[in-house]
Amino acid sequence: MDRIKTLHTVTLDFDKCKGCITCMRRCPTEAIRVRDGKASVDFDKCIACGECVRLCPHNAKKPAYDDFDVINNYKYKIAIPSPSLYGQFNNLSDVNYVLTGLLKIGFDDVMEVGKGAELASETTRILFDRKNDDYPVISTACPAVLELILVKYHNLKDNLLNLLAPVDITAKLARDRAIEKGIPPEDIGVFFISPCPAKVFALKCGIGVQKPYVDGVLANSDVYLKLLPVINKLSESEVKPLSKMSIIGLQWASSGGETAAAYRDKYLAADGIENVINILNSLEDGTLGEVEFIELGACTGGCVGGVMNIENPFVAKARIRELRTKFPGTRNHLADEGKSLEYYLWEREPTVKDVFKLHKDRATAMERLLKINELMEELPQIDCGLCGAPTCRAFCEDKVGGVISMDQKCPRLK
Amino acid sequence: MSALHLEFDVAGDNFLSAGSATDRVKNELRKLGVSSADIRRVAISMYEGEINMVIHAGGGKAIVDIYVDKSVVKLIDHGKGIKDIELAMKPGYSTANEEIRNLGFGAGMGLPNMKKYADELIIESEVGKGTTVTMIVNFS
Ligand SMILES: Nc1ncnc2c1ncn2[C@@H]1O[C@H](COP(=O)(O)OP(=O)(O)O)[C@@H](O)[C@H]1O
Ligand code: SF4
Ligand code: SF4
Ligand SMILES: [Mg+2]
Repeated sequence: MDRIKTLHTVTLDFDKCKGCITCMRRCPTEAIRVRDGKASVDFDKCIACGECVRLCPHNAKKPAYDDFDVINNYKYKIAIPSPSLYGQFNNLSDVNYVLTGLLKIGFDDVMEVGKGAELASETTRILFDRKNDDYPVISTACPAVLELILVKYHNLKDNLLNLLAPVDITAKLARDRAIEKGIPPEDIGVFFISPCPAKVFALKCGIGVQKPYVDGVLANSDVYLKLLPVINKLSESEVKPLSKMSIIGLQWASSGGETAAAYRDKYLAADGIENVINILNSLEDGTLGEVEFIELGACTGGCVGGVMNIENPFVAKARIRELRTKFPGTRNHLADEGKSLEYYLWEREPTVKDVFKLHKDRATAMERLLKINELMEELPQIDCGLCGAPTCRAFCEDKVGGVISMDQKCPRLK
Repeated sequence: MSALHLEFDVAGDNFLSAGSATDRVKNELRKLGVSSADIRRVAISMYEGEINMVIHAGGGKAIVDIYVDKSVVKLIDHGKGIKDIELAMKPGYSTANEEIRNLGFGAGMGLPNMKKYADELIIESEVGKGTTVTMIVNFS
């Protein structure tokens, strides 16, 4: 089964889009064009990083995620919140307020993704102990980074950590727990509360898994707004001790948390899509130096920087750091879960995709490449974006690939 | 046979800029649909050659011809030349000074890596005149 990539990752509010080309210039995979004054996305190239949502000065770009009401399609609703959700609240004395609040707003059960993250960390340590090749391992927790590698850095595929994302581990465990309780499987709906559209995309397609484990993906921001009034009304006696995670799981919300929990000496953690690209380029060229483990997050600060959050990434990061005192150092151990190691690993290898090839036949691709370079000679090569393409080169590629007419002129030369 | 012909100036005083020509070549190869393993071989061998021009020859020119089935990278400099090519090819051999080593270069693995990653490596050099390194990578 191949993933359906044409899934919408970001949507456009046509009335708000001014065609200002801000998003087009900064999309890391050149997936955006501005045609007839409106931005459009080539979803085969989009890695769902959320940059365009973050940068649009007119709030025209929205991440695609599920409406809260989807939970009502299931009788038994399980919420699996990302640890980044805790960073949204000001002065949170106890995370159990948030978890109890989730039960109040309609869920029947909760399991924190921080739990899955802690188990992912232990699995990572085992994988490192068994590893006998010397290439650096790249984390696969950020789906935007994973997608970027699959579309653009094919030769780094063997470096990918074959571990399920904490959210998939948590969804699996939560579903198993419900089934053990005797809930009919068809009644169970597992809902991830997400900081970013990349997770929405990854979970809908199911990367590294046979079939998606999550039935819907909600936004941190939506759920926060629903929770806030409920939490404010909770009395202390109502709050249930639902939290089962530790500092290790909590730290995954911020950049560097995953690598820190792997207990390796030579690691690096980079966040922000431009930094990620720099690291991947050096890794590909063999100029990165000696590193064992590389954690890359598309958003600044890590998951706290996702575009479906409410709070500023730096504030959220500071809150996550503060919350550390409320959690035990460790709490979840593989031995207590009674699952095999395979349970936590990729069920199938994700496949690389050739979205940047000019043509599947190399001779035809060669002809196009020559034509593009010939057309480039006539252009000012200043990548102004007025033509609706992010670079002069992309403009030529669109012409040669038949995306736009060969007759289109560079507006600067008219 | 038609080829995409690219030329780059490699400045003699900037280690950091050495990779930019390689990046452009990598992108062209990706568009052509060359396998990532071959792109990597081209990138690593070309980068090593560029760095050598920067640290040993005061810069030079990189001329790249991309064909359907191979790439030919020519690195031309007018630097001091290589006296003993056989010796220079030995893994670990380097004439780089302390200052350059401190910057993380001069491990003496550049030429051996170029040999390893390119399918053909031809070095023509004359002391006092300069060096021309030609590397051919055949695509799978
Ligand atoms: N373009 C060049 N011009 C002059 N000398 C060179 C050039 N390339 C390589 N050499 C010589 O060959 C030696 C070995 O090169 P290399 O294997 O790349 O190791 P390194 O660059 O680390 O010294 C260099 O130290 C230098 O003396
Ligand atoms: S940034 Fe993109 S989506 Fe936003 S107004 Fe400008 S062109 Fe439209
Ligand atoms: S989400 Fe990222 S990859 Fe997708 S169109 Fe926006 S900027 Fe480009
Ligand atoms: Mg060298």
